Amino acid sequence: MHESIAELIAEGPVLTDGAWGTQMQARGLAVGACPDEWNLSNPQAVEEVAKAYVDAGSRVIITNTFGATSFCLARHGLADKVVQINRAGAEISKRAAGDRAKVFASMGPSGVMLMMGDVTPDQLRDAFAVQAQALAEGGADALVIETMSDPAEARIAVEAARTTGLPVVACMVFDSGKDHDRTMMGTTPEEAARTLEEAGADCIGSNCGKGIEGFLPICRRLREATDRPLWIKANAGLPKVVAGETVYTQTPDGFASHVPGLLEAGASFVGGCCGTTPEFIRAVGTVLKGGSSHPVA
Amino acid sequence: MSDPAQLYDAILTGNAKQAEEVTNAALAAGVNPTELLGNYMIPAMDEVGKRFECNEYFVPELLIAARAMKTALQILTPKLAEAGTEAAGRVVIGTVQGDLHDIGKNLVASMLEGGGFEVVDLGVDVPASRFVEAAQEKNGTIVALSALLTTTMTQMKAVIEALEAAGLRGATKVMVGGAPITQQYADEIGADGYSDNASAAVALARNLVK
Repeated sequence: MHESIAELIAEGPVLTDGAWGTQMQARGLAVGACPDEWNLSNPQAVEEVAKAYVDAGSRVIITNTFGATSFCLARHGLADKVVQINRAGAEISKRAAGDRAKVFASMGPSGVMLMMGDVTPDQLRDAFAVQAQALAEGGADALVIETMSDPAEARIAVEAARTTGLPVVACMVFDSGKDHDRTMMGTTPEEAARTLEEAGADCIGSNCGKGIEGFLPICRRLREATDRPLWIKANAGLPKVVAGETVYTQTPDGFASHVPGLLEAGASFVGGCCGTTPEFIRAVGTVLKGGSSHPVA
Repeated sequence: MSDPAQLYDAILTGNAKQAEEVTNAALAAGVNPTELLGNYMIPAMDEVGKRFECNEYFVPELLIAARAMKTALQILTPKLAEAGTEAAGRVVIGTVQGDLHDIGKNLVASMLEGGGFEVVDLGVDVPASRFVEAAQEKNGTIVALSALLTTTMTQMKAVIEALEAAGLRGATKVMVGGAPITQQYADEIGADGYSDNASAAVALARNLVK
């Protein structure tokens, strides 16, 4: 295990952060605008989001760089800004974190499909390597590869991220199949654990998905399949429409009530994905402090 | 000579090369293109859909089957037109305004083509007015809307309202899908149908044109 990961989890489960996109929209990010670009044009707002999570007790926060590969930025005409956007993203989160939290910089899927020949493995590897390098230069303490569906892409991203020498977390989204226990590409938690471990991920996990309830069996299955620490960030369920507004109906306490189960199932890092807020993280933090549960090693 | 029944297996297993060879051989041997489509190709895609529903197939298998189907269809389409065979229906598909995600939309488009539909793909970040224009071109069009983001899914309602304002709502069916979309949401905005995967989207489209 990477030393810095071992250090972090030595005293028990670690509180991570919640959703960023919705927090930025609350601060004026337009629908359809490129969130990652705010690292350059509105860094104060991004830092506010980061700081809100640090204030809520997050010991690990991510960065506003989920969509900052050249492939995603190209859709916004920003392919030439990859390095600046990623470096700034890491710097902003580091400023907000100070010595209170570690920064695990976010790398999301490219949005292009290997199996359809949209892109070659080498092109994908290069794109992730450029992003990872810029995040490392910006001061990231670790890299977290998130929301992956395709094990082939996840493997390439992990390998590219490892070239920085930073610890690497890799997580996939299990939201498909009858029982919502496969990725879109059909990958099971067992297959994901094996692939990510082989690729050299220091920490393995799952994020997003279809609601926190579904993470219990996934977390258990990952725990059975690997001895790496587990990273779990569930979303706040699927949004509902109330009076024309898109809302998440799950409450912070309702969300946090599932956390003891996750710890029992072996999670070392716990936080939230889409629809969660600093209030959710506070509620999870209360459970982490009050609970006597310890992660199963 | 190769047996046209091999076309069924070629599509089911996603073997585009074999699909191409068998299609060409069958046409050269004088097999009726409409029969080729109806007896082998569409049944193969239906079986792909069934296997997807019961977790035997996942997105990779869908994609390669749809690609094999498309290869055979490209050879067949001119012959079908000559024979006067009509498409199962016309679908105008796109990701709504403000949303640049296209994996799900492309998958549904491929499966609809494989299901015998004429598909007009408007791409991503499509404003409501473009859906209206494309729906105007032919009566009985299905408009299929995709959104990945909770912030852009509200655009689906805007498209439905624009179709209403243009007087097209009666003649146009609207189907919606995407990660944050639910049946409840589809009902709330007055869509005609929702499906949570690309395979079920074909069955839904068939129901909508019935």
